[in-house]
Amino acid sequence: MAKVEPIISIRNLTKKFGGLTAVNNVDLDIPPARITALVGSNGAGKSTLIQMLSGFYKPTSGEIYYKGEPLPLGNPLSVKNLGIETIYQDLSLAELLDVPDNVFLGREKYRTVMGLKILDRDHMKAESEKVLKRLKINLPFLHKPIRFLSGGQRQGVSIGRALYWNAEVIIMDEPTAALGIKEKKQVMNLILDLKANGVTVIIISHEMSDVFEVSDCIAVLYQGKCVGVREKNKTNIDDIARLIITGSSEESPVQTAGGENENRH
Amino acid sequence: MSRFYKLREFALKRWSLMFLFVLLVFFSITGRGFFSIENYQDIFLASTSIMLLGIGVTFVIITGGIDLSVGFTMGFTSVVMASIVRHLSQAGFGPGISILIAFVPTIAVGIITGLINGYIVAYLRVPPFIATLGMYGIAHGAALLWSGGFPVANLPDTVISIGNRYLFYFLPGKWLAFFHMPEGVPHSALRHVVRLIPLVAVVVIVIALFMVIILSKTKFGKHTYAVGNSMVVSRRAGIKVRSHLLKIYCLASLFAALGGITYVFRYGSGNAEAGAAHMLNSIAAVVIGGASLYGGTGDIQGTIIGALIIGALQIGLVILAVQPFYQYIAIGAIIIFGVILDQFSQGKLNQIE
Repeated sequence: MAKVEPIISIRNLTKKFGGLTAVNNVDLDIPPARITALVGSNGAGKSTLIQMLSGFYKPTSGEIYYKGEPLPLGNPLSVKNLGIETIYQDLSLAELLDVPDNVFLGREKYRTVMGLKILDRDHMKAESEKVLKRLKINLPFLHKPIRFLSGGQRQGVSIGRALYWNAEVIIMDEPTAALGIKEKKQVMNLILDLKANGVTVIIISHEMSDVFEVSDCIAVLYQGKCVGVREKNKTNIDDIARLIITGSSEESPVQTAGGENENRH
Repeated sequence: MSRFYKLREFALKRWSLMFLFVLLVFFSITGRGFFSIENYQDIFLASTSIMLLGIGVTFVIITGGIDLSVGFTMGFTSVVMASIVRHLSQAGFGPGISILIAFVPTIAVGIITGLINGYIVAYLRVPPFIATLGMYGIAHGAALLWSGGFPVANLPDTVISIGNRYLFYFLPGKWLAFFHMPEGVPHSALRHVVRLIPLVAVVVIVIALFMVIILSKTKFGKHTYAVGNSMVVSRRAGIKVRSHLLKIYCLASLFAALGGITYVFRYGSGNAEAGAAHMLNSIAAVVIGGASLYGGTGDIQGTIIGALIIGALQIGLVILAVQPFYQYIAIGAIIIFGVILDQFSQGKLNQIE
């Protein structure tokens, strides 16, 4: 494969929470218009890493470059405005607000009337309807608190919110974890659609079958470090599983038994 | 969704409005002299301090916080306002200019109190209950020190005359005057003069309507609800949660200062204890109005209704010649009733969907 310029370059990225180093000096390049899977066992630092990308956490040290420019750190709105959207594992919806409120949360459309930022509800409702229709997401209502929606419907709103803003990069944290078989298939197709439209996708998943089904390359985190990046075509489930469990791709019979237990804690 | 469910949803959301109506009907039938325009105006006036403090507290409670300091901030600002007006007028300034000058430090004291509360809550992560409990004591002590423990009285008459002015005065069948009692009304006629629409009420209504728009129609209002829903979700969505909370606590203290100013105008004095009873009354009004202490719900309309319920109870029980101490019991019972109804209705609403 020809060498392409990465759309996102992570350099020496570290995040400490008190005495705990969640992400430890990670270097990672994300290729454009590809699907990159981020895998690793629980506590490997995947969620922390992507929440630094999305601006929620401010890194302790290190840099992130987006299209060659330094990405603003710890500032979610600037990151979104640059075209990087995140779909969180917990969906990150405001349960007591309605659908348009959630789609536009933090980026409300308003008109300035005598110095007041008056919300343009009609616009937000119409636009929310449009994006949900485009994604073939059917909701029983728009103007009631989101908590009255089912899990799958909420997932739809969360995805709709990310896609509405025509993001160039979409980060998904366990996008299929809470879904039934049919919805899961829809989300997988959606991810492939996004790629076909030139969108860069980063997904976190525990499901190896999903990872191998959609991704182009796979990055493995182990105890906060990036221990390997593989092209999907040049690796296999065993290789990735070994990286996840031992942090190394070398087969070493001595390490397997003890190392495995140690990492499970 | 049938009309029945809509009606039911409204009834559950606005039970306080119906309760207020029932209360007014009950007192109007049983209390002699309760049913009159003057008395209804008095109820409104009795509620204005609770409304002003309650509007600020509504914003705080929607974010999931609490502000215990507003009552004594009201007292403190009333002392500041009254003593500055007194000093200036004793120094030879006219009453009008003294009042205008005094507004500036009074509002400033309110905003500074709020900045301190907000900074401690939003940036130092101290639970709002503790942070504002601290300010509750500080504002109380500061006001007592400033005033030497006595009410600050002897203000120019203009102050109390503005605070107790009505838009219309009329003697049925004789005359109607706007904004002023006509000169030379004989004493025998004075008690028949009908005073309509207190100036203070007009100011409070205008402020309340403005705040209804802020909370329900603007980006600021939407972010207030969002922060109360979840600070994490709000921050991920790009809302600057900490600076928003700072603004909210400033707003609450600013409204406490408005309460203090209103007190000075109505009673012609400042008093460290001016808002002592209103700390809990304002929180009660917000909760009776339907806000949840968990955050994310509530509105100004509800708080206004809650304040009117407290005002109606206070005056109604006096007219019925019930010992005034019963009002505390009544208000306490209504708060608990309201919160239970709220829990119940949310469970029910879930079932409907």
